[in-house]
Amino acid sequence: MAIANLGLNTLEHLAALPPDWPGGFWWHWLVFTVIIIAFVLTLVMGLIWIERRGMGRMQARLGPNRVGPFGLLQPVADAIKVLLKEDIIPARGDKIVHWLAPVIAFFPTLMIFAVVPFGNGALLADLNVGILYVIAISSVSTVGIFMAGWGSNNKYSLLGAMRNVAAVVSYEVPLVLSIVGVVLIAGSLSMNQIVLAQNIPFILLQPLGFLIFFIGGCAEINRSPFDLFEADSELVAGFHTEYSGMKFAMFYLTEYAEALALSAIITTLFLSGWRGPILAPWLWFVIKTIAVFFVMVWTRTTLPRIRIDQLMALAWKFLFPLAVINLFITAIEVLAWPEALPWTMILVNFAIMAVLVLLWSKFFMLGWGRVAV
Amino acid sequence: MVLKTEPFMLNIGPVHPSTHGVFRMRATLDGEVIVDIEPVFGYLHRGIEKLAEERTYTGIIPLTDRLDYLASMSNNLAYVLSVEKLAKIQVPERAEYLRVIMAELQRIASHLIAVGAFLNDCGAFFTPFLYMFREREKIVDLFEMVSGQRLLYNYMRIGGLSQDIPDEFLPALDKFIQQMPGFIDEYDRLLAENELLLARAKGVGILPKEMAIDICASGPVLRASGVQWDIRKVDPYSIYDRFEFDIPIGSAGDCYDRYRVRIEEMRQSLRIIKQAMEQIPPGEIRAKVLHLVRPPIGEAYAHIEAPKGELGFYLVSDNSIAPYRCHIRAPSLINLTALREMMIGWKVQDAIIIFGSIDITMGEVDR
Repeated sequence: MAIANLGLNTLEHLAALPPDWPGGFWWHWLVFTVIIIAFVLTLVMGLIWIERRGMGRMQARLGPNRVGPFGLLQPVADAIKVLLKEDIIPARGDKIVHWLAPVIAFFPTLMIFAVVPFGNGALLADLNVGILYVIAISSVSTVGIFMAGWGSNNKYSLLGAMRNVAAVVSYEVPLVLSIVGVVLIAGSLSMNQIVLAQNIPFILLQPLGFLIFFIGGCAEINRSPFDLFEADSELVAGFHTEYSGMKFAMFYLTEYAEALALSAIITTLFLSGWRGPILAPWLWFVIKTIAVFFVMVWTRTTLPRIRIDQLMALAWKFLFPLAVINLFITAIEVLAWPEALPWTMILVNFAIMAVLVLLWSKFFMLGWGRVAV
Repeated sequence: MVLKTEPFMLNIGPVHPSTHGVFRMRATLDGEVIVDIEPVFGYLHRGIEKLAEERTYTGIIPLTDRLDYLASMSNNLAYVLSVEKLAKIQVPERAEYLRVIMAELQRIASHLIAVGAFLNDCGAFFTPFLYMFREREKIVDLFEMVSGQRLLYNYMRIGGLSQDIPDEFLPALDKFIQQMPGFIDEYDRLLAENELLLARAKGVGILPKEMAIDICASGPVLRASGVQWDIRKVDPYSIYDRFEFDIPIGSAGDCYDRYRVRIEEMRQSLRIIKQAMEQIPPGEIRAKVLHLVRPPIGEAYAHIEAPKGELGFYLVSDNSIAPYRCHIRAPSLINLTALREMMIGWKVQDAIIIFGSIDITMGEVDR
């Protein structure tokens, strides 16, 4: 406990320095930039380890267990290996675009963490439009991915990149709409305010919103069952087929940093972020983030991949209408019964979610209606 | 606004994660939709049919191992049946039973890989594949017990088998048969009713009944199209007329049916093995055959229901120690005939699973 509290409490004090104090802002900026980079890099390695070991367990095998205790150093070994590899640029590729793509894909992902609170007020910038910023920034990665597909001069890469663009453009709509419900209840766009507003986690008040956000998010960041931008059984490796060495490592890093970012945002928006009893806030945050990530690992080992037209149909015919309905219902609830007991609302909302999802799947022949999206 | 677009050519294979070897498809795509597809093969051609003409009849058996390397026992069986037909050799009872047991175990092992690889092509990230390899390993252990090999068994001989089974084989087989139905149910539960799999595989890559018959398709590919045709029933070889089993058939002839037919066939194979185990007599395992077989002048064609379809060996003898001609009717190659018709109009992703659902082995396609 004491040790757990030691690190970040000190940093929180530093961060809380008044901005008019000489160098106050820059001090804050520097500390949190370092924290974010360290946090993302270490946790990404942790996630890679969790995914590989977890998948090993689920697939009746062991997973990496040679390097370090329980294979914990496997990501480090992989990183070293990949750094020492030759960097190959396709002879007829667009060299500048090819070189720039991993950078453009990676940095927006890092920038998302600027508004993710690790504790009360412990974040780089408490923007009053925090969640809007996340949505805006996270889409920039797509440009990097499309550049990778284009610059590689490889048809597989291009197909993967095209799929990615199509999917991101479609999934952005239900994704944003599902967040609006949260924003309505919290009454703020600031990530920190949203966490502070969650006396009960919003996953209970916004079950449908959570569902849509989770599915849409998985589709955006290319996680199974929507991993068809780098579908290894179809497109070899999709947009990063032609990448090797450090540039490939950047894409690999991006992939997991995006998964981490999505888990962190879901934690913040729906799972009451850093709030929790007994443990230090940042520890709660990390635990919840890893829990969300674990669900993604779980779906990855379980589900087959969806087809591109079904992916689009799912976004526009299923998630989009449900997101709109969810938004309306939430708005009415917030407007008409602002003082209603949360537990009644939880029951009502879960009932609404169940009815809507089942009816809609029947309507569009998903699930209940037995397929054909 | 009308965009000017044009189809482009995409080379799928020969080195590609889902081409099950070194198959190559030259696909012409309109966006993601397949306009035309041209299969190219021959990357694994080893000239087995020609090699066979320069070897003794017994010496060809190891070559047959290398045809469909996932079902070596079945290949051995088809070949030795054909030589026995040519040389009119009677096989001892015990050898016949063991042959049936091996062939059916091999069918299960081959179908496990077929189904696992198909689901892997669908994008279920290696989970079903590895689950199925777990049980295939047990079958391979059984084969290792009898033949000493784990992939290319070279177990059958003209007139019987190379050696009798060891004492521990039957108890081990019995244990396997006790466990396996539970595992098959597990595979079924894994994904059989999964929405995504249904969405991906149902109605995709339909091979109509008439076309399936026209192209001489055989095996699960034909049966999934609704044709009740199994050489074990329609032209019983070895001692298959003594066993009771059903022929599972599909109705639509789509990828999903092919997958279901294979799962059902595994259950039927277990039934056959169980009956064979109960009836197996003691006795010789090989007829008295000279090492250098010299069949009389003539020709013979023997076919069996291999895991992938009708596998036949056509041998012509000129009374020497080597066949004058050895032709192999490889089910993998013939089942691929309708590939183009099955794929046109579908998307790249569908093409991969259609190809996976046909279940081919390049060793057999190229020979």
